[in-house]
Amino acid sequence: MPPISPSRRHLLASMIAASGGLALSPLLAAAPLAPLLTRPIPSTGEQLPVIGLGSWITFNVGRDPQGRRESVDVMRQFFAGGGRLVDSSPMYGSAQDVIGEAVQILKPARLFAADKVWVSGGARGVAQVEASRKLWRVPRFDLLQVHNLLSWEEHLPLLLAMKREGRLRYVGITTSEGRRHAEIEKIMASQPIDFVQISYNAVDRDVEQRILPLARERKIGVIVNRPFRQGDLMQALAGKPLPGWAADIGCTTWAQALLKFIVSYPAVTCAIPATSSIAHVRDNLLAGTGRMPDEALRKRIVQDVERLA
Amino acid sequence: MSEWWTYSLSDFLMFSSRSYYRLIESYNAAIWPAHLLALVAGLVVIVAIARLRQHLHRSAALVLAAAWGWVAWAYHLERYAEINTAAPYFAATFAVQALLLCWLAFKPGNAAPAPQPLALGLTGLAIFAYPLLALARDGGQWRQAEVFGIVPDPTVVATLGVLLAWRAPAIFWLVPVLWCLVSGATLMELKIGHAWLLPALALTAVVARVMGSKTPRDLNSTANPQS
Repeated sequence: MPPISPSRRHLLASMIAASGGLALSPLLAAAPLAPLLTRPIPSTGEQLPVIGLGSWITFNVGRDPQGRRESVDVMRQFFAGGGRLVDSSPMYGSAQDVIGEAVQILKPARLFAADKVWVSGGARGVAQVEASRKLWRVPRFDLLQVHNLLSWEEHLPLLLAMKREGRLRYVGITTSEGRRHAEIEKIMASQPIDFVQISYNAVDRDVEQRILPLARERKIGVIVNRPFRQGDLMQALAGKPLPGWAADIGCTTWAQALLKFIVSYPAVTCAIPATSSIAHVRDNLLAGTGRMPDEALRKRIVQDVERLA
Repeated sequence: MSEWWTYSLSDFLMFSSRSYYRLIESYNAAIWPAHLLALVAGLVVIVAIARLRQHLHRSAALVLAAAWGWVAWAYHLERYAEINTAAPYFAATFAVQALLLCWLAFKPGNAAPAPQPLALGLTGLAIFAYPLLALARDGGQWRQAEVFGIVPDPTVVATLGVLLAWRAPAIFWLVPVLWCLVSGATLMELKIGHAWLLPALALTAVVARVMGSKTPRDLNSTANPQS
């Protein structure tokens, strides 16, 4: 298992630094005190917190000022809690622009900007990446992924060239809900990619068979999307009491237990739950702290979730 | 792409119900008091259906054409496109329907308007009852009211009433019925209680139109109350 190490920044100290004028806010008062755990990116060893932030649906709020304010608050809480990786896509409507607004306001010191290229044809990919960068208001992306393998044969050489030229740090591919896994495997085995993004949770575990072991073997980082099956798992488990094992790993909510199940898999680098709720950000970040389930407990989590959900 | 069958409706929904209704709320605030003008336009449509006069029906078709054109531009293109990448395509189809309605207004040999309580009911529901749905929804409020001529759903339902009353040919029904399916599916995925309403109204109107087609009348061959 790759080492999970505490973030060097203590969570409370980082929250104080990142929250600025919110020093006396209830958000800070409710902040977790444990440090956020990190995992190394296999290709470089750079440490990345195991909990990231997705933006599908939640940050697509258009020009709505209230929705934008709330999104900025969510990202403020995320960065204050030690989070780094924020993931988006040109497919997510206004999400990139909303993230860019938050980046401009919050100026997060350790943002790990992960975006995607999602367009047919390689030539259009260049323009799309530049348009996305401007929306994010960042000098460059840390990670660019080929979204759902769309035109990957054309986009991947472009992204790898950007990485060679120092205009990009990492390259990846994505899929979701178990689609095109055979093709994902083929690319993982043949291309020098740094990350693969897949769907994985206590119910959808197909990737445990081949993709996750292959990622480990090829030293490819794994980003996990749809950790709650786009909310369906949380809805199914709502009102169901947490089993006794939850306390053993410091979980007080199903969200924490489900996320701990995911990030405790050795090959997983980080999970990217999306939310528009500050309370949920905090809850998600707590899943990146404290004790993680061992193999025996992971099996029990699967059994209990399949029985209850 | 060979895996289209693996996609579900939820995979295409890219915004939350909160963002959707806030968009309507901010749009309503931005164009108020245009709603009053829309209400007057809606009354013209209702009078046109209630009274069997050809020139009134022509006015109704032109009012509807203007409403579809406005919704295409002001709603789909200017607002909905902020949160839905498919909105420009919706705008294009609404613009096509606006042109079709212009054509319907002046098309020679139109089927004669027939006294249709159902058509009147559909249009009345669209203009008077549809805004009230905002209050029936959990967390809904007046500021999020969906008004005929301002947003798509009530505009489409009112159009179904007119098409039914005018016994319009199938080509005029295509976009309204498709929109009822698209919007119904969207509301269903957003878990809105009245998601079933729009498809149900479309089905009702189509069935009534098919049943009514057994006794076609023609403006040119029937006594025109005005002439």
